[in-house]
Amino acid sequence: MYRLIQATCLRTLLLLMSSVLFALPIPGSEQPTVRVEPTNSVGPRMLEQQTESAVVRDYLLAWQTMGKAFEENRADLLAAYFVGVARGKLVDTVEEQKKVGMSTRYRDLSHDLKLVFYSPEGLSVQLVDRVEYEVQVLDHGDVKATQRIRCRYVAVLTPTEVRWEVRLFQAEPE
Amino acid sequence: MRTRVKFFLGLLCLASTYALAAGGALQAPARIEAGNPFSIATTGSGKAVLYIVGPQQVLRREIQLGDNVSFEHGDLHNAGLYLVVLAGSGANETAQLEVTADHQAAKLSFLANPSRAPVDQRDGISGVVYVFDTFHNLILQPTPVEFRISGAAGTETRNQSTRNGVAWVRMNSAPQSGAAQFIAAAGSVTEKRVIQQVPGDPCHLRMTAQSSGPHIILQTEPVRDCSGNAVPDGTVVTFTETYNGKQSTVDVPLKRDVAKTELPAHEGAVISVATGVVMGNEIRLGEK
Repeated sequence: MYRLIQATCLRTLLLLMSSVLFALPIPGSEQPTVRVEPTNSVGPRMLEQQTESAVVRDYLLAWQTMGKAFEENRADLLAAYFVGVARGKLVDTVEEQKKVGMSTRYRDLSHDLKLVFYSPEGLSVQLVDRVEYEVQVLDHGDVKATQRIRCRYVAVLTPTEVRWEVRLFQAEPE
Repeated sequence: MRTRVKFFLGLLCLASTYALAAGGALQAPARIEAGNPFSIATTGSGKAVLYIVGPQQVLRREIQLGDNVSFEHGDLHNAGLYLVVLAGSGANETAQLEVTADHQAAKLSFLANPSRAPVDQRDGISGVVYVFDTFHNLILQPTPVEFRISGAAGTETRNQSTRNGVAWVRMNSAPQSGAAQFIAAAGSVTEKRVIQQVPGDPCHLRMTAQSSGPHIILQTEPVRDCSGNAVPDGTVVTFTETYNGKQSTVDVPLKRDVAKTELPAHEGAVISVATGVVMGNEIRLGEK
């Protein structure tokens, strides 16, 4: 009986999560606020709740990975969550930072996510992220500037053996 | 009067394309197109460092304040939002710089699915296109994309516009089997994929029988799909003989469009034929 009530509660909670905006906690000491807008239609293919959750989780982890890679100038970290063009461009940036003695600290403060496209064969998911982050520019360890930025990121993720990886990652002003 | 309005509008446009940082030591454009040359004006005197920082690219230049810092074609080529920082001689100033993709499509990432599609299937073929500029930036402005399937049965065309850089389509496969070219085009850029359109499931099945001593020779008519395409050789046809409460079956692969076998000729036996979900005719032995 207790299990039945538990299962009913879980089902109700999942139903609520799929119909209203909800916040997701992600691991880390300073967690950004995350809002995922309900996805009524993502084009040619239906998006299962489980897929949506996995895409959002991996996208947020990609942001954390990017932050660490840029702060520590470690391009190798990017391989875990970025692939293709996105990885190529981020790796080039890290290499350039290293060459000129710079580093950058990206701290994502909030994400307002909406999944907008799921391709018919299931090989790509596109999302739009209205993100607010803080960027700190360091030159040979000295902080040169700190600024909060709000912008709109368009990201395309593709599935790999174990997770969704960011293939395209491009910002524009809100 | 009109001249004055135009003059003020012109001033407004100029002001909107240049972000003036506090103090005015840094004058950077608010928006440029990826790869285009641009310059950042500075005022004052002394040495400083100019940074252009974004996840997609970083640039660092040591400059003399008061100089116009020029960036050549291709220097800043990745679309995105950048933080411009001028640091030095006691004052730090910042501005934001948007780099947009070139509006001209230069590359298409085209996913066509499946590579083998059954003939005459509604929405059986799908295509997805991501449109990029020459620097592999996703073009986020709506871009017209033409999808075209050409084969022996003719050409079908659909026009779509990208949204957030992506356009997609579902198209019907042709009624005739064979290779079809699936083309996506944006501006002068085209990408081609070949889709093999293969016959569908058998549509009708009919066999004839011929007596041969103690056996009966059974042979199907050429097996075709509902569009008249020959079903591939190797497709299995099952002959079943029911006699005196017992059943025996023979599975025969199609060879040159027909299946042929021999079964014992028992008077009163019923022989049926089937392939996939299609049942053929029945023959009762001993009945003329």
